[in-house]
This record gives sequence, C-alpha cells and structure tokens, in this order.
Amino acid sequence: MAGLLAIIVIVLAAVLADVVAPYAPDEQIRTALLVPPFWAGGTGSYIFGTDDIGRDIFSRIVHGARLSLFVGLLVVTISLAAGIFLGLLAGFFRGWVDVAIMRAMDIMLAIPSLLLAIAIVAILGPSLTNAILAIAIVILPHYVRLTRAAVITEAGKDYVMASRVAGASKMRLMFDTILPNCWAPLIVQATLGFSTAILDAAALGFLGLGAQPPTPEWGSMLADALQFVQRAWWVVTFPGLAILVTVLAFNLMGDGLRDALDPKMKR
Amino acid sequence: MTTQISQALMEARSLTKTYEVSKGLFQGKGYVQALRDVSFSLFSGQTLAVVGESGCGKSTLARQVTMIETPSSGSLILDGKDVAGADEETLKIARRRVQIVFQNPYGSLNPRKRVLDILAEPLVINTDLSKTDRTDKVREMMAKVGLRPEFAERYPHMFSGGQRQRIAIARALMLEPTVIVADEPVSALDVSVQAQVLNLMMDLQEETGVAFLFISHDLSVVEHISNDVMVMYLGRVVEQGPKEKIFAAPRHPYTRALLSATPRLSETERKTKVVLQGELPSPLNPPSGCSFHTRCPFATAACKSEVPSLRDFDGRKVACVRLEEISD
Repeated sequence: MAGLLAIIVIVLAAVLADVVAPYAPDEQIRTALLVPPFWAGGTGSYIFGTDDIGRDIFSRIVHGARLSLFVGLLVVTISLAAGIFLGLLAGFFRGWVDVAIMRAMDIMLAIPSLLLAIAIVAILGPSLTNAILAIAIVILPHYVRLTRAAVITEAGKDYVMASRVAGASKMRLMFDTILPNCWAPLIVQATLGFSTAILDAAALGFLGLGAQPPTPEWGSMLADALQFVQRAWWVVTFPGLAILVTVLAFNLMGDGLRDALDPKMKR
Repeated sequence: MTTQISQALMEARSLTKTYEVSKGLFQGKGYVQALRDVSFSLFSGQTLAVVGESGCGKSTLARQVTMIETPSSGSLILDGKDVAGADEETLKIARRRVQIVFQNPYGSLNPRKRVLDILAEPLVINTDLSKTDRTDKVREMMAKVGLRPEFAERYPHMFSGGQRQRIAIARALMLEPTVIVADEPVSALDVSVQAQVLNLMMDLQEETGVAFLFISHDLSVVEHISNDVMVMYLGRVVEQGPKEKIFAAPRHPYTRALLSATPRLSETERKTKVVLQGELPSPLNPPSGCSFHTRCPFATAACKSEVPSLRDFDGRKVACVRLEEISD
C-alpha cells in the first residue's frame, strides 16, 4: 500500500511536472549558485536548494521523475514483449528451439548485468535511447525464463489438449489458450523490473553512458554534482533519495501485487 | 467394405504406438511399447469400454484415437478413410468427428475463459458462424447438458466438479462429433454426482447417436454404461467382447482378477477373490511371452515363451495360451 501511494505521488509529479516544478529544469539562475535547502539556511523559493550553475534541484528532480518513469516503462515494455515471445516459443515447441533460446539466455545471465549494459552502450554509443535498449536486453533473460516455466506448466494441462482436439492452431494455442494463464508471475516481475530499469538507467547516467547533460536524469545529476559533495550535500542527497524512494516504492508494490495475484496467499 | 446394418463409425486395426525414451546420458535409447496391436470397432449409439490398471495404455489409446498423436503402425479408419498417416488437411476435418472428455474437470477447462468462450471455441475454429449464432448454439447446448444458459457468462471456478464435467461434455458435443473419447470422465467426481453425469452421457448418446470410447478402471461404472468391453494389460488387449459375456464369465485370468476385485452387495454375486501378486511390470522392459505371466496364477513355462494371440472363444476374443485348460 505504501508503495502504491508513493508511486501515485511520483507518477502525478511526473505527469504534472510543468505545473509542479517552479522553474524549468535547465534554467540557470546566476544569482543563486549552490543555495542550500530552505531549512538549512536557504530561501523558500528553492526548496531543495540549487546546484553549481544555479538550477533548482527540486524542479530537476520532478522532471527527472518523468524521464525515469519513461525509461522504466519503455524498458519493461520492450523486454516483456520480447521475453514473452521467446519464452512462449521455447516453452511451447521445446526441442532445439528451447535449447537454442535458453542457452543464449544463460550466456547473457553469466555476464554481470551492469557490465553487459555498459558493453552494449559502448558499442551503440552513449545516449538515453541506447541505454534503454541496453537495459532491456540485460533484463530480458528473466522474462524469458519466467514465461518458459509458466508455459511448460500450462501446456501440460488438459484444457490445452482439449483446444488441440478442437483443432486449435499453434498460434491460437500459444497466444489465446496458454498465454493468458501465464500473466500473474509476469505482472509481478514487470513491476519489479521497473525498479531495476530505473536503477540501471541511473547507474548508466552516473557513468556518463545514459542521458547526456543537460537532461535532468537522476543518475547524471549525481555524477555532475559529485565534486561538490563536501561543500554542498544537498546536490547529491536529493537525486539519490529520489532514486531510493522510487525503487523502494516499486519493489513494495511488486511484493503487494504478488500477494494479491497468488491465489495461495489469499486463503 | 462390408455393408452391414450398423456400419462402424470408427475402426482401429492393429494400432501400435512405441515411444522412444532416453534412458540416460550414455545409455542410448529405450523403447516403450505403450500400445500393441489393438483393434476395435465403434458403432453409432454404442459404448466400448476400455478397462485396465494404470499404465496399461488406455490414455495412449485415447491420444491415438483423437489424432493428437500418430500411431507407429496400424490404421485408424474413420468414415471409410485411414487417418493414421493422413496429412494435416485430412486430419483437421477428421478431428471434428472425434472429441474428448477428460478425467479431471478442474484441469480441462481454461480458468481464464468464460463458459461461453470455452464452448464457442470449437465453433470459432471450425465454422463460419456469426457471434450471435454461436451464442445461441452454446446456450442450446448448455440447456441440453442440464446447465442454466444464464451461467454462460461465468468462469469455470464458479462451478462444482459435476457442473464442470457437464461443461466439458457440452464442449465435446459442440462440433456434433460421431465419436467421443471419455477418459475416465467420472472417476474424479463424487459418487453421488457420478451417476448423474453417466446418465446424462447415456441420454445424450440416445439423442445424438454418438459412440463412446469409454476409458475407465471402475468396473461397476463400465457395467452400467457399456455395450462392449476391452480389457487391456501392458499395451495389449487380453480380452474383448460383449459386456454381458465378459461380466458373466470372464475368461482371461487378468479379467477374472479384475472382476473379482469389484465390490458386490449380495453374498451370492461375490466371487472368490483372485488377488494378484506384485506390480505391473515396466513397459520399458516387458516380460517375454505373455506379458501377464509374471502375475498369472495359471502361468506355466509355455507362457514365458509364447506370445498369445487373440482368438475367438465363447463369444468373445481372449489372448491366453492355456485358455481351454483353465476354463471350466
């Protein structure tokens, strides 16, 4: 519940970023460099203070929420779609199709995820789109494995056989008969995948491989402000907290969803 | 083809199914002969019961008859055509003629679909009916199997086991098949509901003339519903004939043991119990000669070497070497 509430707040902030944020994310106020938050000696007009070139941190975080959610949504959509497709193929046809797909996924799982993402971005060139693509590829194996396992369980059940006897085509069996029964674990994994995606995007941004400045991305905000940690704590604290809260919220919601969707937990 | 008064809807000739199984990494392949040389005919409005313990090939037979799997050899003649090795197109048409009802009504209905969608699916796949026509047909069929048509919007989990099995039977009937394979359709149901479902099946048979291939291990149910009985052991038919003959005087030692295991109410109907020793041998490694010799109370040395073939005896077919000696 707490997770859901936090997510609603974040989503609202992201959608209404232009209304909520008092300044544009890239507006530089030359008279207010490194102003602390209002409770630490700053003024009320910059709630979370300003950074080294006078940009309002609160405004940047709110706009960053929009970006982070967008990244999360896109990553999860891409890898969920591809993962379901590959997992269905592997679980339904078995045999060499299964072996080929699953061994490829095993190889991807054997490489540390962030390292693989960095390698992909290094090949494609640093930009937000490429970072999204890289993260989507990195988390793909989880969806494939999950889908495959669910498909194998469902495919052995009698109702699938009944559809087959009725003359259902392979396409119909896969997408109409089996897939709808595999959704529950996938929805949970997708919610949890949201937080992984946001975290990885922030990590890539921090390393300078994701969103490029002056885009208000939480990870790159952290990286930009790193040199001021000693003098101005607020420039790193708030983007960091934003990442923490968002990821935590999604994880909490994922757990909640799992409990809600698992019929065994209901009893 | 012979012209008879009641022509066979389906005829199986020497159906055999062998599965290849891997025994382990370095051990090569093994073969399971799940079905050996099974022949039978199904007639309109008649029920053939297939009886035997677990692992005797009953369900394998169901998969061959419903054309989900292709038999290794033998032929399956449906409407005068052999569908055993037929191409996809022929099979697609032939499959409409044979439908199946499963044992477990909790696994045989898609939990994510409404009853309406479950029952309409065969029509969506095989016919060009419009949505309203399909809905009408579904409601009509629901009424026929004793379910209220208003329940069409409900999901399977809202029904009891007996109601679910009625839905499964309705689904099997949607395409107006000539043969329905019933794979232990009542053994997962409460005894009180079993009779209802069986009576429903018999009523529907009378009405539509559908032939049942009724797979069961419950002999009292078989006695109630069937016209002919086929007893299987380890993939082979050991005794095959009219129900009255077999139930009155079982000839094969295995049939005798099976029938003596059925509980009887009246003292006089009780037969002396023949208790079989041991387990069903592994079909991976079947015994030589007669597969039943390891557990047969009448087995001799000859049974170990000679494979008995089905022969006519006392109005039925029996596969036993010592048939004449052991029959009184």
